[in-house]
Amino acid sequence: MKDQNIIQVKNLTKKYGDFFAVNEISFHVKKGEIFGFLGANGAGKTTAMKMLIGISKPTYGEATVAGFDVFKNPEKIKKNIGYMSQKFALYDDLTVNENIIFFGGIYGLKRKIIKHKTKELLSYLGIEELGKTLVGSLPLGVKQKLAFSIALIHEPKIVFLDEPTGGVDPITRRQFWEMIYEKAHQGTTIFVTTHYMDEAEYCDRVSIMVTGKIEALDTPKKLKEIYKVDSMNEVFLKLARGE
Amino acid sequence: MSIKTTNISKLFGKTEALKNISFNVKENELFGIIGPDGAGKTTLFRILTTLLFADKGTASVANFDVVKEYIDIRNHVGYMPGKFSLYQDLTIEENLEFFATIFGTTVKENYDLIKDIYVQIEPFKKRRAGALSGGMKQKLALCCALIHKPKVLFLDEPTTGVDAVSRQEFWQMLKKLQKKGITILVSTPYMDEAELCDRIALIDKGEILNIDTPQNIINKFDKQIYNVSAKKTYKLLTDLKDYQHNYSVFPFGEFIHYIDKRKDFNKSDLYNYLEKKGNENIIITKTKASVEDAFMDLMKT
Amino acid sequence: MPYMVQKTNRKEFKMKKFKGFIKKEFYHIFRDKRSLFILFGMPIAQILLFGYAVTNEINNVNIAIFDKANDAQSEKIIQNISASNYFNIEQIIYNEADIEKSFKKGKVKAVLVFEPKLAKKLTKDNKANIQVITDATEPNTATTIINYVSVILQKIQMNLNKDIKMPYQIKAQTRMLYNPELKSVFMFVPGVMTIILMLVSAMMTSISITREKEIGTMEILLVSPLKPFQVILGKVFPYIFLSIFNALVIVVIGYFVFRMPLEGSYFLLGLESVLFIVSALSLGVLISTISNTQQTAMMISLMGLLLPVILLSGFIFPIESMPRPLQIFSNIIPATWYIIILKGIMLKGVGIAYLWKETLVLIGMTIFFIALSIRNYKIRLE
Repeated sequence: MKDQNIIQVKNLTKKYGDFFAVNEISFHVKKGEIFGFLGANGAGKTTAMKMLIGISKPTYGEATVAGFDVFKNPEKIKKNIGYMSQKFALYDDLTVNENIIFFGGIYGLKRKIIKHKTKELLSYLGIEELGKTLVGSLPLGVKQKLAFSIALIHEPKIVFLDEPTGGVDPITRRQFWEMIYEKAHQGTTIFVTTHYMDEAEYCDRVSIMVTGKIEALDTPKKLKEIYKVDSMNEVFLKLARGE
Repeated sequence: MSIKTTNISKLFGKTEALKNISFNVKENELFGIIGPDGAGKTTLFRILTTLLFADKGTASVANFDVVKEYIDIRNHVGYMPGKFSLYQDLTIEENLEFFATIFGTTVKENYDLIKDIYVQIEPFKKRRAGALSGGMKQKLALCCALIHKPKVLFLDEPTTGVDAVSRQEFWQMLKKLQKKGITILVSTPYMDEAELCDRIALIDKGEILNIDTPQNIINKFDKQIYNVSAKKTYKLLTDLKDYQHNYSVFPFGEFIHYIDKRKDFNKSDLYNYLEKKGNENIIITKTKASVEDAFMDLMKT
Repeated sequence: MPYMVQKTNRKEFKMKKFKGFIKKEFYHIFRDKRSLFILFGMPIAQILLFGYAVTNEINNVNIAIFDKANDAQSEKIIQNISASNYFNIEQIIYNEADIEKSFKKGKVKAVLVFEPKLAKKLTKDNKANIQVITDATEPNTATTIINYVSVILQKIQMNLNKDIKMPYQIKAQTRMLYNPELKSVFMFVPGVMTIILMLVSAMMTSISITREKEIGTMEILLVSPLKPFQVILGKVFPYIFLSIFNALVIVVIGYFVFRMPLEGSYFLLGLESVLFIVSALSLGVLISTISNTQQTAMMISLMGLLLPVILLSGFIFPIESMPRPLQIFSNIIPATWYIIILKGIMLKGVGIAYLWKETLVLIGMTIFFIALSIRNYKIRLE
């Protein structure tokens, strides 16, 4: 059953000088799972994520993502994953269609397929009439949903979302999560970081990093039981404070 | 009144960033402006801190007019803009000293005001601000905004991008500052922080949706919310959305918040429907609204 | 009220604020390797580069001789020319048609044509002509060749005057004054100095002000009791120092490494340089008022200031040979005037009596830029 694990990490470590940004973390993510990757600022979340998406070389340890080794095949990993971050998602000065064509092109999709996908995507988001609108002039919520759809345009097996809902209004935030549920239901694995603790509750399993190490990893329900609290927020506060 | 705004409007090109904003903040109040990005929070803060002119309406801070008496305001307010605006290449100590001198004071003079916050970052005082974690930057920025003992403190999204631990600590600090007699206007996109304010204004797309105490906003929420959960959340969600009587369906933490259209709603009706659809381990319980529920409901209407 | 207490020792506070601001600026400068390099590495690198590598001096240029005179005088001149290191007589031409041929072959860069009966004309009319034909596809080299030939002829003329009491005359079209050795480095030192001062003063200040806008600290400074001119003065002040220091370094290198003469008053040189620095700084402030990012500030500084300084100020290309519109345009570049002043003081050794006009123009421009940037400086965000 090992190939059911789309991410497999063992003792993965990143050192900057003497400082262990990520200190021998081990975990796995199952296919089709929504995996919440939590941690305080500076706990090493971003560094760990960068290693998994193949843009940062680990100091030592093992990791495979979508079946490819992070040391040997980082380029293959990049082709087989989707990535979306809050900071950069789409080009504001290109239209919706141009963004789709560009990102589709990056992943080597054929013109015809991109055209078909564009239609499908716009109707899915209910913005058929906005194809020729500059992305910069879209409301933030629509932009984030579009970015998510574009991150999935090449049908990756796994998508990494780095704080995808920061600053988004509560309704859009929920619509966004409904999209995540739907994609997960269709078999896409979701690897997501967030600062909203209620969103941690939406995940199938959650890991919490504290100073470079994974201190807890389980379903939200189990974690709440273990720490005898009512919400993920309290679990997080307890762990991150080291109580 | 510490802050008074009447019918403030602001246009950027064709977009109305603010539409007829009116609210008052009392002396020594902790007042929250709650809303998502793009709601107009930063524009409002910039108008109140004399950085922008409003197109329409009037505003005063600490009884000074924001247009005519802007110099007085600049002497009496502390401002922490959205991005923790610090000099990344200066150390903690140097940043603090710099802001103290430009406000014509010294760190020593007002040390007791910032002491509680500063001691937490003092061990790293020789470290450059650029090398600090988000939580520490936030504390330093707060110290810098407080160093001249302002009457009114403006904090524009001080907790955005900061983890839950730092956020909680930050709010505790604000409560303490309030006890020292400072009026605080704070904005945030996190709805759960609303309940920590004395009063809040819910704002979306440049309009104020509601102003009240968090408790009143919750109490006045007239619809009954039900927590619904089942084994497979996604299936439950789609089934609830398909249910003809649903008024709203929103994932909410580990549950789904469900509101029914009917006055005479019966829990067992919904239970039977969900069971028929093939859901397992169905739980339906009454729950109280939160500020976020109220906000979403206001957005819908 | 604490506010009142502040008022009693207001002056002291003002000084403290100012000092604190400047201290902070110096931290920024000394902690950023990039700006350190631009500030201190570049002046030295540029002056050495221009001094040694980029030169319009000529050496062993191939020329041809068409000697229609064939007499004692022409022979003497030819000897003198071939004795110099500057020219190498590649070809002797015997008829008019060959002149163009040798140019077309690209063998020679210039042809000297001696008119018939040169010696006779010289004794009889006190006047003789030598035609210098140059390949003007390389205009700079062509001009330089003409200048060099003129200098050689001048020397011969002086010798002639010494030997014979009668003042003979060989017509020389140009007189090379003040830089008789035609060292190009003497032209470049004032130019490089101008560029560096422009770069450091205008570009660095505009970048450092826009950086505050970018990281958001400008918002805090605006909301502080600091007055706008205090902010500007605080940002600009360190660069006045650094620019003066740079000017000093360049003059010292010019003087000791390239033996650049410094004929005029050091004091006047210093004053004029400070004037130019202030005008460049006000330009920098002006740029920062119209740009919101460091990138834009840099682009505007490079395109809008540096290029005109290099191309149109007379530093590399003589203003006289520019088309009329550009000549007029070159008048509104402060650097044009500063270069004239610099050359005047350094090479000619003239004082304010000769440079008052240029100085006044520069003062006028400076006041204009300062006024404009104060007017443009916003006490608010938009």
